[in-house]
Amino acid sequence: MVELVADGLAGARGGQTLFEGLSFTLRPGEAMEVVGPNGVGKTTLLRIAAGLLAPFEGRIGVENGLRLGDISHFVSSLNGMKSTLTVAENLRFWKRFQAGATERIGEGASVEEALEAVGLEATAPLPFGVLSTGQKRRVALSRLLLEYRPLWILDEPVLGLDAAAEQSFSGLIARHMAHGGLALAAVHGSLGISGARTLRLGALS
Amino acid sequence: MSAIYFRDLLIALRAGGGALTGLLFFLAVIAVMPFALGPDMALLGRLGPAILWIGALLAGLLGLDRIFAGDREDGSLDAIVGGSDFLSLVLTALAKGLAHWTASLLPIVIAAPVFGVLVNTDWTASLAVALTLLVGTPALSLVGVAGAAVAVALPRGGVLVSVLILPFVIPTLIFGVSAAYGAGTDAFWPPFLLLCASTLFLGVVGPVAAALALREGD
Repeated sequence: MVELVADGLAGARGGQTLFEGLSFTLRPGEAMEVVGPNGVGKTTLLRIAAGLLAPFEGRIGVENGLRLGDISHFVSSLNGMKSTLTVAENLRFWKRFQAGATERIGEGASVEEALEAVGLEATAPLPFGVLSTGQKRRVALSRLLLEYRPLWILDEPVLGLDAAAEQSFSGLIARHMAHGGLALAAVHGSLGISGARTLRLGALS
Repeated sequence: MSAIYFRDLLIALRAGGGALTGLLFFLAVIAVMPFALGPDMALLGRLGPAILWIGALLAGLLGLDRIFAGDREDGSLDAIVGGSDFLSLVLTALAKGLAHWTASLLPIVIAAPVFGVLVNTDWTASLAVALTLLVGTPALSLVGVAGAAVAVALPRGGVLVSVLILPFVIPTLIFGVSAAYGAGTDAFWPPFLLLCASTLFLGVVGPVAAALALREGD
């Protein structure tokens, strides 16, 4: 069980401070939607939370001092898959790569189970590049299941998904939260998760 | 880190992966040399090992900038860098360098003795070139990952990577060519051992520098 704590966090991009004085605690089983207009620093906040960017000020981390990158999955607005490899080859790579992390917290689903969870088991032998936009996104999201990590950091996860896929992804997040997982997601609409908290980023005056 | 190695190798071997472009470029460089130098067989034979080495070096520079650029474009680089501590990032860079070497330079090493015929190089010299390429070219890939990591954020980083990397592999070129010329004599071993040493040295420095560049970049 991990708890994500941000304290006096400020984020900057290209020398410009985007947000400051951000403090929150995300407890096991909680999800937080980061909302706000374009350019307000949602992605910057997610990249800081994923350990890819250093905070401009303040700190963010988990209680027991584990490395953020080891306990989190970060799905950015890009899908992170190779278009010339098949869906199964892509996912097998991520399964093996993520299993090589320094701190492993738990086992994950097999490639077949992960694809089944997003309803795309039939696409396994196809090259990733031939899938539709929404299917690509669903394959990218299935990476979350390949290795259990408590913190899911998602940048516009449901962009391009149809209503049914959106709903089924909400179900995946709900199941993750029910097992004590955390989710931090930048969204424009809503993820449709009951009890999700909202963090509103506003433009600095 | 074998996952990265096999994935990169698979991508290189798939259509459009570019594994054979290096070999074709190498063939092109070797094949036009006799036209430029004229029908002097003795001159060609003397220059042969140097031409083969230069061809391999230039062909090896070709794919270097793609080592990390593809991963950055499709977003996998974030997941790779985020999910690795410093040591595993070094190993990842090492695996990527080795995958580049296997896909782009190993075919050249194997083809070098055959292409040596085009520049009138006898078998002893050709085999010596292949042996020195086998030992020396990994340095190009392994220091190349550092250049690729530095230039990863630049949209047209290809030429920059080549210019950054070339000075570091000049010793490799010098020792490789002089060992090839010394084939069959006592003059082979000193440059050959220095060639091994420079590969081992760059094989450590390159991946560490690449990991530093990836970590501090962005």
